Amino acid sequence: MTTDPILRLENVHKSFGETHVLKGVSLTIQPRDVVVLVGPSGTGKSTLLRCINLLSPPTQGKIWLEEQEITAPGVNQDKVRQRIGMVFQDFNLFTHLTALGNVMVGLTRVRKMNKKEAYDLAMLELDRVGLVDRADHYPAQLSGGQKQRVAIARALGMDPHVMLFDEPTSALDPELTGEVLEVMQQLGQEGMTMMVVSHEMGFARRVASRIVFMEGGYIVEEGPPDQMFDAPRNERTREFLNKISSFEDNGQGE
Amino acid sequence: MQEFLELLGNVVPSLLQGTVVTLQLAAVSLALGVAIGLPAGLGRVYGPRWLQRVIGVYITVFQGTPLLIQLFMVYYGLPDVGITFSRFAAAYLTLGLNSGAYQAEYLRGALQSVGEGQMTAARAIGMSKGQAIRSIILPQALRLVLPTWSNEAIAMLKYTAVVFLIAVPDLMGQAKIMAAKYFAPIAIYMIVAVFYLVLVGIAYLILRQVERRAQIPGLTGEVE
Amino acid sequence: MDILQNLLTTLEFIIQGLWITVWVTVVALVVGLVFGVLTALMRVYGNRFWRQVATVYSVVIRAVPVVVIIFILFFVIAEYVNLSPFLAGSLALGFASGAYQSEIFRGALQAVPAGQMTAARAIGMSKVQAIWSIVLPQALRLALPAWGNEATLVLKDSTLVFVVGVPEILRRTQQVSARTNEPFIAFGAAMLLYLGLTLLTTQFLGWVERRYRLQM
Ligand SMILES: Nc1ncnc2c1ncn2[C@@H]1O[C@H](COP(=O)(O)OP(=O)(O)OP(=O)(O)O)[C@@H](O)[C@H]1O
Ligand SMILES: [Mg+2]
Repeated sequence: MTTDPILRLENVHKSFGETHVLKGVSLTIQPRDVVVLVGPSGTGKSTLLRCINLLSPPTQGKIWLEEQEITAPGVNQDKVRQRIGMVFQDFNLFTHLTALGNVMVGLTRVRKMNKKEAYDLAMLELDRVGLVDRADHYPAQLSGGQKQRVAIARALGMDPHVMLFDEPTSALDPELTGEVLEVMQQLGQEGMTMMVVSHEMGFARRVASRIVFMEGGYIVEEGPPDQMFDAPRNERTREFLNKISSFEDNGQGE
Repeated sequence: MQEFLELLGNVVPSLLQGTVVTLQLAAVSLALGVAIGLPAGLGRVYGPRWLQRVIGVYITVFQGTPLLIQLFMVYYGLPDVGITFSRFAAAYLTLGLNSGAYQAEYLRGALQSVGEGQMTAARAIGMSKGQAIRSIILPQALRLVLPTWSNEAIAMLKYTAVVFLIAVPDLMGQAKIMAAKYFAPIAIYMIVAVFYLVLVGIAYLILRQVERRAQIPGLTGEVE
Repeated sequence: MDILQNLLTTLEFIIQGLWITVWVTVVALVVGLVFGVLTALMRVYGNRFWRQVATVYSVVIRAVPVVVIIFILFFVIAEYVNLSPFLAGSLALGFASGAYQSEIFRGALQAVPAGQMTAARAIGMSKVQAIWSIVLPQALRLALPAWGNEATLVLKDSTLVFVVGVPEILRRTQQVSARTNEPFIAFGAAMLLYLGLTLLTTQFLGWVERRYRLQM
């Protein structure tokens, strides 16, 4: 394929004071790619996602979103974030708003839609994640899986070009991960470009177009799932994927 | 008994006048306190460093000194440097500034206890920092601070009772006049105590209703 | 510097009221502590009658401005016994503070896990023994932060006994202001003095709190 990449990272570094977390990450993502990012804890996966949507901009290196270099000085970061949806491990739903309100607030405040338009679109997004009947519930009245689906609907409402997921199911009870993964799989099939930090290897095999293995602030290896699981080139990749896959086979996964 | 009823008949009209003044004082001072405390609390948390310092000093001074001295400073002290207020203006100003300092501090606590994830999530859907504060953080902080603010409202009702010392004719001011006029201080101050009791009781009931309305369904801390 | 000189002489005069303020505060806090702890115990462990008496005391007194309480008690006391304004004022302030302290200690008593009482009874203590030597010591420590807050409030409220003529900081300030005819400097000095006093008290209470914190 020779399409233009939707997201391109070039030698991205990120330091927090003395701590050097990302040490030169380069990555190209094509439209409709579903990239699953794996790696040991503390490797910088979350940091990488937060760099991409500029929640904490890189200290060095460049990032392009579609044709725009978003790390260039003078870029309107709020506008960039509208085009990049993000879903968090602990949901971060707005506590004081209903499920519907959570989806609508971005539409009315950021996309400046009127109430009616926003309502219609928000209901559409809630329908996409199967939660129309929970529209009037407050976050505290929803299960973890429902909260995460609302969070996905909230992100989708902004009409993002890319979606980032940071361990979207790891705060959930095992029996609730399925409903969230299903929604994500559906999204992938609809052609959404996604970058997912997750250790759900079943999901990775089924849905990912590519797996990226990160360790110590670098990308160690990347490739299609078959290759990464069955014939990784790097010894560390093999060890790590074996470890988490066997962990899952022992009944911890789906 | 007969004597007491007669006294009651004599003093109640004046005390009612005083009650109106007391309620006015409490309401205006509280409103002033919110008008000061809201921006001050926001500035204390989100403002530039220098502003945080200035607000910090304001809060320390007004929380660290007695209300009565503040009142005398405003009414007797400031004219000395050319700033003169009427009795009422001095009362409103002092109570308002005092309440503003406390309200700012309570709001700061509430703003800081809204989880960091809320700001992150708001920024992630493309809100600016100002938008995020306005439509995500502040609404939550205001709900959190409401119980504390309603305590403050009740406290304010009671604090107003010192302004008679600069001769504002509030409930306590009327009481003092009546006590001197009828030579029955104990009985009259007891009656006044009952007045305050009723005022505070009513305020309490109203504020409880307001708090209940503002509850976010499903969240703990529900008062049933 | 003229103003500085003025400020210093003024401070010198006001500081004589400082000790009175401190003593009023201490007496009131101790009186309030006695009332507060007793009524809290009544509310948590007392029978219906004592529970109601203590509750009415705490609720009613807290609904009335402290200055009103001071006036009432001052005149009531003056009717029956011959007490100095200092004692009458401090007692009245303490009686008022007791209502607030009652609330603080009640909360603290209830916050001590029920298992503590059970365990104490299980080793053969009487109810009173258990309260006195097991529950109360823990409750007092739990109450420390809130009590410290109340202490600074009483310190500030102690200016109210000025209305019954106690020569504490505010009264001295008024006198010096009338004498020098420089109220701005006088009240400014009083504010500074109080600021120092409350900051010192907060520091001290913070230290006590850290020292006696319960490790639970
Ligand atoms: N704001 C910050 N300030 C300082 N250090 C940080 C900050 N955010 C992250 N780090 C550090 O960066 C490193 C990488 O963190 P990050 O959260 O990106 O790891 P991760 O790969 O997502 O790990 P996990 O699987 O545990 O989520 C950690 O050592 C962390 O302590
Ligand atoms: Mg992470």
